[in-house]
Amino acid sequence: MAATTSPPADLSAALVLEPVASADWLVILPVAWCLAIGALLVMLRRKIDWHPPIAVLGLAGLVVIDILLLRHVLASGPVTMVMGRWLPPFGIAFTVDLTGALFALTASVVALAGGTYSLADINDSGRRYGFYPFLMLLMAGVSGAFLTGDIFNLYVWFEVLLISSFGLIVLGSEREQIDGAVKYGFLNLVATTLFLITTGYLYASFGTLNMADIARKAEGLSGTAPLMTLTALFVLAFGMKAAAFPVNFWLPASYHTPRVVVSALFAGLLTKVGIYALIRVTVMLLPVEREELSFVIALAGALTMLVGVLGALAQSDFRRMLGYLVVSGIGSILAGVAVGGPGGIGGAIFYALHSMLVMTALYLASGVAARLGDSFSLSSLAGLYRRHAGFAALSLMLAFAVSGLPPFSGFWPKVMLVKAALDIGAWWLAAVLLLTGFLTTIVTGRFFLLAYWRDVASGEGGPASATVSVAALLPVAALTVLALAIGLYPEPLLSVVQNAAAGLAEPSAYLNSVFPGGAP
Amino acid sequence: MKSVIFRAVAPFLTSLMVLFSIFVLLRGHNEPGGGFIGGLIAVSALAIYGIACGVEMVRRAIYFHPMAIAGAGLFAATVAGLISIAARVPFMTGLWIYPSVLGLEVPLSTVTLFDCGVYLVVVGAISSIALSLEERGGE
Repeated sequence: MAATTSPPADLSAALVLEPVASADWLVILPVAWCLAIGALLVMLRRKIDWHPPIAVLGLAGLVVIDILLLRHVLASGPVTMVMGRWLPPFGIAFTVDLTGALFALTASVVALAGGTYSLADINDSGRRYGFYPFLMLLMAGVSGAFLTGDIFNLYVWFEVLLISSFGLIVLGSEREQIDGAVKYGFLNLVATTLFLITTGYLYASFGTLNMADIARKAEGLSGTAPLMTLTALFVLAFGMKAAAFPVNFWLPASYHTPRVVVSALFAGLLTKVGIYALIRVTVMLLPVEREELSFVIALAGALTMLVGVLGALAQSDFRRMLGYLVVSGIGSILAGVAVGGPGGIGGAIFYALHSMLVMTALYLASGVAARLGDSFSLSSLAGLYRRHAGFAALSLMLAFAVSGLPPFSGFWPKVMLVKAALDIGAWWLAAVLLLTGFLTTIVTGRFFLLAYWRDVASGEGGPASATVSVAALLPVAALTVLALAIGLYPEPLLSVVQNAAAGLAEPSAYLNSVFPGGAP
Repeated sequence: MKSVIFRAVAPFLTSLMVLFSIFVLLRGHNEPGGGFIGGLIAVSALAIYGIACGVEMVRRAIYFHPMAIAGAGLFAATVAGLISIAARVPFMTGLWIYPSVLGLEVPLSTVTLFDCGVYLVVVGAISSIALSLEERGGE
């Protein structure tokens, strides 16, 4: 301690010194909230009766927080909070723009639906095994991935959600679940490792991991740094996560094995995290390279759509068919990313949000159908319409929504995507989009015809008196109503989504929020 | 394990190592050490005790289930970050207070609380794995 008389350090060069507005805490609150509740549930591991109410209330709280966050972002533009008040690019920034807030809100709605359904689906042994703590920690990872403004931090949240999802996918420890979990785990670990290596490569080229900083420096480095390689590697890594062709095979091989509610959450959340990361990195950080790669992405998207929908057409198991439909939806989103521009990116974001809601609802509906008909297989599911007409109506609406028929939520993003594709002259991509919609209608129509309208042969199709609890039916109904509401009155969401896409294409507001005083 | 010497020494060794792990944890703010490495030392201590005297003894000695300890640690770490709401500074900012206890100034901070959380998470998670492996070792 020799230099006791050294001048006081200039803290303003390194630290955030002005007080933080309470509203800015909404940026970090979704993650901290989920972590705290998840930790609480781990501590209360013996009190398994307390788990469901705490978790469902916690998820409802998460929805409220995410609504407030979206309102805050709508009112005042992108919001940043740096951890430990170290200034970016050194402090890890959480930066929320419209895209992140929209995805986070939709994810929390999906999680709340799943949490409600789990009241009817997860028995005592599932609770003892830790379904609810895993669910809360999964949501911490998903929220963190949507809200972070640092690419290495994004990787960390990927790991958090991956580890929680491993816990969820083996819930029940049946033979075929382990089989599905191995395929899922292996492919996802490969993708995550590729993501990590690419991030290291990116750091070597840019010397920064802060997304705003990368976006700012990308233009100046385009001559010297290997940006095309970086972009291609990121597209491959996130494409694997999102189950895009040709790395899509893990999804249909694993998503039909876990509990219905787990499949529903995975379909709604996990592939969409991959898509979100792809949109964030290619559209906002490396836009020039995305343009260069757009044909490859478009081709991958078109093939993903066709492989998905043709695979779905060949299935006779409800959940396997849905797995292929998830893949096909990813293809539509990729098409939007490839086309670019406000229409393409806006359409991609809109389609992703729609797909989160509707695919979750469809998986939950498959669970209800299996309760009513005692099977997931088309050969023995029959007469659901006669058993429960209200549920059949909900299923039909969801089938319309996933096929992109009006007046449901799938229609508008499809219109945006087709129009954007035609605008840039990619008529073949528009044709594939429309063909996929048509084939999806056939897929869901075939299912509806066989599982719902076909009459029950004697001694087939499970007990005639099977009933479903309100907890199982309510989330399906709520998500269907949401899909219908978005389809009937899309203007607010359309304008928000277009603003979100514009904010990604021209991220000056995002940059300003991270570096308020301009360049450091 | 059957060795009499090992079984006689293990409790002393364990208590010494746990004490040392807490020393490493508290020292870690400004010098080498901290929650992670301290937690690993504590788990090694529990593992030695488990090998010498049986897993059941360890479970009784730590009283709480290892996963509950890990949960408490995660909770403590999250709370440590959230305390900064009250001070109107960003998440996870280190905040210090210097109460004096018996005429001695004791620096306390949210950073220490976070580090204790990390310690508990490591102790809970790794000992949970170690104890179940030891249990299924088959004797």
